[in-house]
Amino acid sequence: MLLYILRRILYAVPIGIGVTFIVFSLVHIAPGDPISALLPNEATQEMVEAARKEFGLDRPFLVQYAIWLGNAAMGNLGTSIGSGRPVATEVASAVGNTFILAVSAGLVACVLGFLLGIVAGLWRDRPVDHVVNLITIAGVSVPHYWLAILLVIVFAVDLNWLPPLGMGPDRSGGWQFDWAHISHLILPTIATAAIPMAVIARTLRASVVDVLDQDFVTTLRAKGLPRQRLLWHVIRNALPTALAVMGLQLGNMLGGSVLVETVFAWPGTGFLLASAIFQRDLPLLQGTMLVLAMFFVFLNLVVDLVQSATDPRIRRA
Amino acid sequence: MKLGIGLKLMAGLVAAALAAGPALAEGTLRVAMTLADIPLTDGAPDQGTEGVRFAGYTLYDPLISYDLSRSDKSADLRPALATEWHTVEGDKTKWVFKLRQGVKFHDGSDFNADSVIFNLDRAFNKEFPAYDPSFERQLKIYLPSLKSWRKIDDYTVELTTKAPDSLFPYQMPRLLIASPAQYEKLGKNWDAFRSQPSGTGPWKIGELVPRQRLELLPNKDYWDKDRVPKLDRLVLLPIPEVSARTAALLSGRVDWAESPSPDTVEKLTSAGMVISTNAIPHVWPYTLSELPGSPFADIRVRKAINLAIDREGLVKVLNGLAVPAAGNVSKQSAWFGKPTFEVKYDPEEAKKLLKEAGYGPDNPLKIKAAISTSGSGQMYPLLMNEFIQENLRDVGVELELEVFEWEALRGRRRVGAQAPENEGIVILNNSYSTNDPYVAVLRYLTPEEIAPKGSNWGSIRDEEIERLAKELRNEFDAKKQDEIIARIHQRFVDRADFVWVVHDVGSRALSPKVKGHVHAQSWFVDFSPISIAP
Repeated sequence: MLLYILRRILYAVPIGIGVTFIVFSLVHIAPGDPISALLPNEATQEMVEAARKEFGLDRPFLVQYAIWLGNAAMGNLGTSIGSGRPVATEVASAVGNTFILAVSAGLVACVLGFLLGIVAGLWRDRPVDHVVNLITIAGVSVPHYWLAILLVIVFAVDLNWLPPLGMGPDRSGGWQFDWAHISHLILPTIATAAIPMAVIARTLRASVVDVLDQDFVTTLRAKGLPRQRLLWHVIRNALPTALAVMGLQLGNMLGGSVLVETVFAWPGTGFLLASAIFQRDLPLLQGTMLVLAMFFVFLNLVVDLVQSATDPRIRRA
Repeated sequence: MKLGIGLKLMAGLVAAALAAGPALAEGTLRVAMTLADIPLTDGAPDQGTEGVRFAGYTLYDPLISYDLSRSDKSADLRPALATEWHTVEGDKTKWVFKLRQGVKFHDGSDFNADSVIFNLDRAFNKEFPAYDPSFERQLKIYLPSLKSWRKIDDYTVELTTKAPDSLFPYQMPRLLIASPAQYEKLGKNWDAFRSQPSGTGPWKIGELVPRQRLELLPNKDYWDKDRVPKLDRLVLLPIPEVSARTAALLSGRVDWAESPSPDTVEKLTSAGMVISTNAIPHVWPYTLSELPGSPFADIRVRKAINLAIDREGLVKVLNGLAVPAAGNVSKQSAWFGKPTFEVKYDPEEAKKLLKEAGYGPDNPLKIKAAISTSGSGQMYPLLMNEFIQENLRDVGVELELEVFEWEALRGRRRVGAQAPENEGIVILNNSYSTNDPYVAVLRYLTPEEIAPKGSNWGSIRDEEIERLAKELRNEFDAKKQDEIIARIHQRFVDRADFVWVVHDVGSRALSPKVKGHVHAQSWFVDFSPISIAP
């Protein structure tokens, strides 16, 4: 087990370095000039060139990458070109806000997805399975951007039950667990949870169906094992796949959704990325992407390790 | 984007919606900005005119500002922290500014000549301890003529220009005066200053939450007693997504939403919201390449395209959120002049001119335009360009649209039509502010402005305009200045150097509770007279 963990951690290193390179290159490949975005609309090409020099963007690409990587390794992600605030501070605050939304949506998606998947798998081809199927197909097919706008129109504008945007009431000093704040969380949670919920439910249904067809289940049934205890065996065997999917979906959510967060003006990483893209704020864009990508690498590692704990076969492989 | 479902019920529901909204202190105005982040609050706001609108003229004053108190005439210059200014007898490069006495910064320190010198050093003196590159970046383009500055006495400063420049006062409104004392107090740190800014403006900082909220409080000791804010609080929220701004206004979360999209106008008005517009100094044109080999080197082609566009039809498509343009400035402007070429919709005349220029069904004119998907002042570029594409097809012109992301388009603009990457592109669709004589006419037309040095994208050259531009720089009488600008503009239109399409109207949607709003003919707003009905 220890060897497996070590090996997995070692694998993560080249992946991490590859990720930094891709993150750094991507923003350089994108059309448009980060310096141009920084200057007033009227600025001339000459002024752009001068500012490019000031920010060291006239240096060779690999030199820029090396400097950036060196700083990033020391935890210095630079300062935002636009606001002058440290990127690390900006990303930290956004990650916190996305975390709230991701945990809430993750809970909803996992619990609902889990229940729906099990129910549909156990009662395969019965009416309840068809209903779940309908829900999950809708869940994976509906663009969450559209769903978010629809939720706002119905619940915020028409019915005025819930606030349309933001993450707290006017003058809120930060997140709190009271109704005024939680009410802001409901619509974004639904919009964010729809897809992962459906994905989890569909995956779990498939694994449950798969497990139910296996010989050991027939054996257990023949032994006359009570239904509840049989269910436990089925779930335990279907769990590794479900966990992997849940982990990745949770990772997705923690990455923040650019679209959902923009519609709800939720100040998380998605909102931050969108604003960094529009302002061509290079350090901010690279810093945010780097943190998110590294988080994914880490999350994959954790999922692998948890999976191997629940399924001994993986360790041996 | 359609906000269709259930909105027919809106009229009835809005009253309930407003009543059910969270309880607020009276006199709080909540504004949904189109920006994705709070503009810089240190006296050098970024993010264009919207940044200046919300974080510039609220917290700070310039030496010379705009008169935003009228909606029925253009917003002219007026004294702010300077009470008067004039050139020195015998040396037209030296400008003396008399400063207003008895003005205090929000931190309590006095405004005087040292404050002005401090801010100029902050911007342009790299040796100065408080030099601030961010300030220079935002300011430099607006103060191109400035050479040097010095204090004469506590309430007089002298600014010197590189050459005689009668238009120098027009460059002053962007120079906002920040408090040197506050900078000292915060450990000489401009980053710290941004969270605790101090200016002389009608609004003081309340709270700043990056990317979420900027709260301003009235400066009850404001030096201009007529402009002491009536509101208790002004809250500015960055909401870049247009449907989110609309929803925020309809649900009572904000009282004011910038730039509603044309397809939401009907819903908003039926819900009782007020769509406020006015002619603002802005133009949405096609900038043309007049380089050899471009079809627009021929004035007949330039005129033909101008005559082929149905501007009234376009305005209708935009639900009234634009006005037809007949030149770079509006017809009501003192700078419009009396051009003989009338920019209007006349497809028959357009066809005739194209035929004269050698184009017809057998040899159709094919042109390519660089356009953007969105961007500051670009309005609704895809919709508008496709409309124009149809118009041009009607007169036998094939317009190809090459779509760029906004920053990419700006890059194409700055390098000029002659740059290799712009090969084949003869039209650039970039909108412009026409706030002052320089940005209204001069910067597009003179040889020293040819890109990449300046904003003359298509290498326009005209001896008559060059002569008039020189004359203008040396004319110090305001009335005569206006006459010369009008003659330049007249020549500009007669030469059809641009294809003029529309002017923006600075649209904003307001809750009926917002009182006292004056929609000036300007990019800027005076929030002082505004109040909010309970």
